[in-house]
Amino acid sequence: METPLTQHIKPAKLPPGISEFIKTGGYNGVKKALNSMAPDEIIALVKSSGLTGRGGAGFPTGLKWSFVPKETNNSGLKYLVCNADEMEPAAFKDRYLLEGNPHQLIAGMIITSYAIGAQKAYIFIRWAYKKAEILVRKAIAEAYDAGYLGKNILGSGYNLDLYVHSSAGRYICGEETALLNSLEGKRGIPRTKPPFPAVSGLFGRPTVVNNVETLCWISHIVEKGIDWFLKLSLTNEGGTKLYGVSGHVKKPGIWELPMGTPMREIIYDYAGGMQEGYKLRGIIPGGASTDFMTGSHLDTKMDFASVRETGSRLGTGTMVILDDKTCPVAFIHNMIKFFAEESCGWCTPCREGLPWVQKILASFEKGAAKTSDMDILEFHTLYMGPGNTFCAHAPGAVEPLQSGLKYFREDFLQHITDKKCPWR
Amino acid sequence: MLSNEENKEIDEEIKLYPYQGAACIDALKIVQQHRGWISDEAINDIASKLGLSPDEVDGVATFYTRIYRKPVGKNIILICDGISCLVMGYESLYGYISKKLSIEFGETSGDGRFTLLPVSCLGDCDHAPAMMINDDHYNNLTFEKIDEILGKYR
Repeated sequence: METPLTQHIKPAKLPPGISEFIKTGGYNGVKKALNSMAPDEIIALVKSSGLTGRGGAGFPTGLKWSFVPKETNNSGLKYLVCNADEMEPAAFKDRYLLEGNPHQLIAGMIITSYAIGAQKAYIFIRWAYKKAEILVRKAIAEAYDAGYLGKNILGSGYNLDLYVHSSAGRYICGEETALLNSLEGKRGIPRTKPPFPAVSGLFGRPTVVNNVETLCWISHIVEKGIDWFLKLSLTNEGGTKLYGVSGHVKKPGIWELPMGTPMREIIYDYAGGMQEGYKLRGIIPGGASTDFMTGSHLDTKMDFASVRETGSRLGTGTMVILDDKTCPVAFIHNMIKFFAEESCGWCTPCREGLPWVQKILASFEKGAAKTSDMDILEFHTLYMGPGNTFCAHAPGAVEPLQSGLKYFREDFLQHITDKKCPWR
Repeated sequence: MLSNEENKEIDEEIKLYPYQGAACIDALKIVQQHRGWISDEAINDIASKLGLSPDEVDGVATFYTRIYRKPVGKNIILICDGISCLVMGYESLYGYISKKLSIEFGETSGDGRFTLLPVSCLGDCDHAPAMMINDDHYNNLTFEKIDEILGKYR
């Protein structure tokens, strides 16, 4: 089984430096792209590979790139921004890639920038990822010294500058237009779309924003081609995927596996199954903004399309397990509290709705909830659903609530009848 | 007034952007790195350096969680209250630290040694529960481990 993204990552050791990275062929994709491929050719290649955004939304990467206007006279700047603001609760995959092999990301960013015609690129990295930031900065300095960044890269005539911006907190900055505002030094509030960033993004210029894991793929796809990429997967969505499991399992961790690996295999074979004394009750499959799945979904293939069929989303592919010793209401309350605190406050349904839901869930935990509160919770899952809010923050926030009300209804009701939390 | 060092570091960041106002967040982080927190005076100084109004800078400063507009302790303990850490028992760790230092979330110990704050998911989910002190990450926490770790910060 091939693991292209993680093969050179040795946890707890320093990532490969530039000489080691070059020795293992890490910059071959960059050489091939800059010396022998036209930008359009690269966009077409990535488009037909079917690579989808690994940040959680699963938008086709090549298609996103193709929206950037083609300018023949090179009149103005274009930008590539790497979204390394990983902050989705229960997501820990980008950190692994950033700390484990920063040159792999840089190689992907050079090719992507060349393909979309960007002359400047930024890595927007989460403030908390201090170690990753240090390692990425070091790798960038090495890449400049070796002629992979800066002027006339590898004699191709192509110039690229790559900068790091370390964030100052706030989950909403992972939303691409909020990220752009934040990178401009402003409050991280999402922008109206259209115009989409590909047309008017950073500093009003055409911009592509891609996730870390997505960008890490680019050099591999350029070097080894589409057939290789598609064969890595178990389904028709190509490549591998970083899957993680946390919670009361025997071996919590992160693994690079073929896209579409069944959930059962990930939880039981790789994460070792549940710890003694704990039973699985639910799974949040891809970060806190994805709907619950349950034991009946364990045979789901973990790709975007298959998880969507269960009513949830693959999201980041990093799962957290709800066990029978944890109160489902407390579990959902924790996530809603996070989303309420992280609402940017721009639009009313999100700013007012999430704290309202949070207060009601707190009253459940205190044993003060009424039967009518169930209807208020249900109402909010619709009220803050897709189309009613400025961005995807609130619709994502209510995903675990709406599925939680469906799968764990009895637990909610028991809090009302017992007038206390049965777990406390 | 901004110190020479602060000015120099902010100038380096300004170079990365097409106009100086874009370095607002970087400037706030730099000043906070030197002084621990951002006072009204610092807001005014950053505003005049970057050609922004003090309200614009304050609007940015108050939006971001990791910019402190009030004095904080010498060391900042950030306890991860993310979902994986909830499942793995951060609440009892918080109770332990809170009792040990006699402070709750948002408070600073009487000797000014520690400020205790919650933080959202630190991306250490497979080694939960986790926390940060200043720039250092700690995970797989237990009460014994916490005693040892806190002792390192004077």
